[in-house]
Amino acid sequence: MTVFRDLSQHILDIAENSITAGAALLYIDIDEDADADTLSIVIRDNGHGIDANMVRQVTDPWITTRTTRNVGLGIPFLKQTAEMCGGEFEIASIVGQGTTTRAAFQHSHIDRPPLGDVVSTLLCIVVGNPQLDVVYQHQVGAGTFLFDTREIREVLGDEVSLSDPGVLAFIRGALTEGLATIDSEATPGG
Amino acid sequence: MKSLEELRQIKERALQRRKLSGEGSRARVVVAMGTCGIAAGARGTMSAILKELEQRDIADVVVTQTGCLGLCEYEPIVQVQVGDQDMVTYGNIGPDRVATLIEEHIVGGAPIEKWQVRR
Repeated sequence: MTVFRDLSQHILDIAENSITAGAALLYIDIDEDADADTLSIVIRDNGHGIDANMVRQVTDPWITTRTTRNVGLGIPFLKQTAEMCGGEFEIASIVGQGTTTRAAFQHSHIDRPPLGDVVSTLLCIVVGNPQLDVVYQHQVGAGTFLFDTREIREVLGDEVSLSDPGVLAFIRGALTEGLATIDSEATPGG
Repeated sequence: MKSLEELRQIKERALQRRKLSGEGSRARVVVAMGTCGIAAGARGTMSAILKELEQRDIADVVVTQTGCLGLCEYEPIVQVQVGDQDMVTYGNIGPDRVATLIEEHIVGGAPIEKWQVRR
């Protein structure tokens, strides 16, 4: 059973953990390597991190850090999806420094969910969290696309937010064009 | 990345417009983006909200996210606060309801009773 239709929903879900952990900077790396037949996703944050004991526990579907409900499912779902698709999952964390989550899949595996709407995922993360900077790096074969909100904020300063309609259109365009340039399997943004 | 020069021009236009319309935000929109929300389609809902604001050229609405609100059965959940009025919590807000929600509550200022979630 899977709850998410595509991998970019998993990325959004893992990023939400980083935001909850108070991260100010989030790195999202995607590598589509058809030659090696792998697709990997690495999400790294500088949030408050979790201790070794918690790292062991978070992949268990009956553990969560949230208080509104006592069952956490996001990480176990991603782990299950990766392992089901000939890949692997790992999470590493240092208290006070941050957390890195890595999921790898066999690129050609029949059950591997598509990357899906990466643009919408990034827009939600970037616009919905004004205190967070996002560095997104996406590699397909030899081509790389890099998107860094710090460059955008440097131009905009404090006066104009990322949710300004003109800026929103700019970011949407930059992401859509960038992904098309590297010929990613990601579907065009909504 | 697209040219940062283009972004500078966008910034200038945004600042010009703000000079005409004044500071401050008219409304705040919060989308619940916990695992339950995402599974129910919250990403599509938030995308639709951003697109609608972009198309209507509305600059004075702040859109943010929150985690699970403990109302998972009503996801996707969207909260709207216009001015200093009370925050209104809406349930089952798929992308198809977004245009109406923005038109009636944010532009028109009238909350939509039948879509509200009562705790």
